[in-house]
Amino acid sequence: MKIFILFSLLFFYTSNLFAAESSTKSLPQHEWSFEGITGTFDRGALQRGYQVYSEVCSGCHSMKLLYYRDLIDIGFSEDQVKAIASEFTVIDGPNDEGEMFERDARPADRFVSPYLNDNEARANNNGAYPPDLSVITKAKKDGANYIYNLLLGYKDPPADMEVGEGMYYNIYMEGNQIAMPQPIYDESVDYADGTNNSAEQIAEDLVVFLTWAAEPELEVRKNLGIKVILFFIVLGFIIFLAKNRLWREVH
Amino acid sequence: MSGPAEPKKYKNPVLNWIEFRLPIISYFEREYGDYPMPKNCNYFWSFGALATIILVVMIVSGIFLAMNYTPHTDMAFASVERIMRDVNYGWLLRYIHSNGAAFFFIVIYIHILRGMYYGSYKYPRELNWILGVFIYLLMMATSFLGYTLPWGQMSYWGATVITNLFSAIPIIGEGLKTWLLGDYTVGNATLNRFFALHYVLPFVIFGVVALHVAAVHVHGSNNPAGIDIKSKGDTVTFFPYMLFKDALAVCAFGVLISAVIFFGPNLMAEVDNYIPADPLVTPAHIVPNWYLAPFYAILRAVPDKLGGVLLMFGAIAILFFLPWLDRSKVRSCNYRPMYKWFMMLFFVNFFILGYVGLKPAEGLYLLIARLGLIYYFGFFLIITPFINWIEKPKTLPASISDIYLGMNK
Repeated sequence: MKIFILFSLLFFYTSNLFAAESSTKSLPQHEWSFEGITGTFDRGALQRGYQVYSEVCSGCHSMKLLYYRDLIDIGFSEDQVKAIASEFTVIDGPNDEGEMFERDARPADRFVSPYLNDNEARANNNGAYPPDLSVITKAKKDGANYIYNLLLGYKDPPADMEVGEGMYYNIYMEGNQIAMPQPIYDESVDYADGTNNSAEQIAEDLVVFLTWAAEPELEVRKNLGIKVILFFIVLGFIIFLAKNRLWREVH
Repeated sequence: MSGPAEPKKYKNPVLNWIEFRLPIISYFEREYGDYPMPKNCNYFWSFGALATIILVVMIVSGIFLAMNYTPHTDMAFASVERIMRDVNYGWLLRYIHSNGAAFFFIVIYIHILRGMYYGSYKYPRELNWILGVFIYLLMMATSFLGYTLPWGQMSYWGATVITNLFSAIPIIGEGLKTWLLGDYTVGNATLNRFFALHYVLPFVIFGVVALHVAAVHVHGSNNPAGIDIKSKGDTVTFFPYMLFKDALAVCAFGVLISAVIFFGPNLMAEVDNYIPADPLVTPAHIVPNWYLAPFYAILRAVPDKLGGVLLMFGAIAILFFLPWLDRSKVRSCNYRPMYKWFMMLFFVNFFILGYVGLKPAEGLYLLIARLGLIYYFGFFLIITPFINWIEKPKTLPASISDIYLGMNK
């Protein structure tokens, strides 16, 4: 009977996993340090990833849900974060005279968006809206692998295919046409720590950063998860012994 | 001012004082201490307790989420993400709440299927079954409303599709839809009222659950043999026997749900709901939560909109009549050699309907949905009422204790 219960639970459980994952089979799977039950983010990769975002992506893509103070989590010191924030300008106010004014961004400010609003973003990108990247890896099926492959998926279009104006050919984009020009090449970014700056490495670092941005709680979550599951197993085992002892006389 | 001596039922004077004025101490003793449970109940009988615990967890986590949530179309999405990022353990609250909803339905489905397989809906527990179907209906409404709150793409478009169903009703349809939405389209007025209703409905569920539990305690729980309790020897007391059994079930369930909450919190979520709602961009496939998918499959299997809506609501409404559709006196399918297999097929069919409900309604999926729809209603309207014309039930054991006499020797 216990086996039957377990089976029926598993049945429900796995079938949902399949339902959620079914259409991502064809995506090549990259190995990520944050996968698995003890997965963590590599602080070096996170900081390099932020550098890639700020040098390559942030010209068009916002990350509105993040604050500069969040960068302390990925290993920047408070002074470094202050320095990073101060490179950006935000509009604040009104002041005592009722005027809006510009000031340097502080760690408590949200990441400054490249455009004032969605319309300006569209107007500057042929009508295509560059999506916000705050939770992009959660907003796509198998997000980390999808973004990684997409960034490296720019190829010459096949001879029989007409790519639309202002569009680029990408084998991992639905419909194979994407409005974003290829963002990452070998040596697009110079790493201060001397890490090899091949396109693959740059894309990997960026995806690690984006995954952290979408799930900053990932390390705490997995760590706590192990403890909670162990708690239920130990408690369950004790109750199992007590229950068997109790029921022995019944049957 | 001293009245007649108060009865000294318990050692503790505080308990006596309360008991004399409000006899809840003896009530709990009777209903959760000495309450007799058939001793042959298997672990399927733990799912009622599991469901109650999840309901409480959902209400508690939900209250804390509501403290940090902003029901406004411009702010809802960001406020949910703020809960995930800046509220202490907010990610845990939200993942408990979103996955808890999915597991609530898993548990409730097993609970319902257990009731169907072992004939728990039959005399004298019909009202109990009806209350249960009400709880299920309320749960579906609550989960639909809750799914709207994060204001992602699937929230918005799911709400649009479902509220559009009401416009299929002739004459009053359009007016009814506008009245429900508070606007001509899903908008801020809709989000506000959905939030208000999502907050209040769980307490209504809690009330109906109390009635549901009170009703089952009148005639006692059914059991896998489906026969009545004949003597005290057929039963065990709730405390400590069932309590420990249920506690073990809770621990096993805790492991399962924690595995999802901590290691795959978004496995059962639609990725599109992490894109903020955009009325100008329709997602390629609008899908409901998987636990409502069987009914969505029925809805789309019918080419006519009104017909689909009627059959979808009919599929739920027909559950209310199950105690009277089933003409057999034998409760448990263990003693019904033919109906047992039709029942199993019904479970599988319901599952398949759910699967195709998440797929685009075209080609093979549509065909499967239509076959599943026919079996769903055929099961209730043809097989269930008429099978006892040809079915010969097995001999029932004389009492629950008799089952063990045969087994242990």
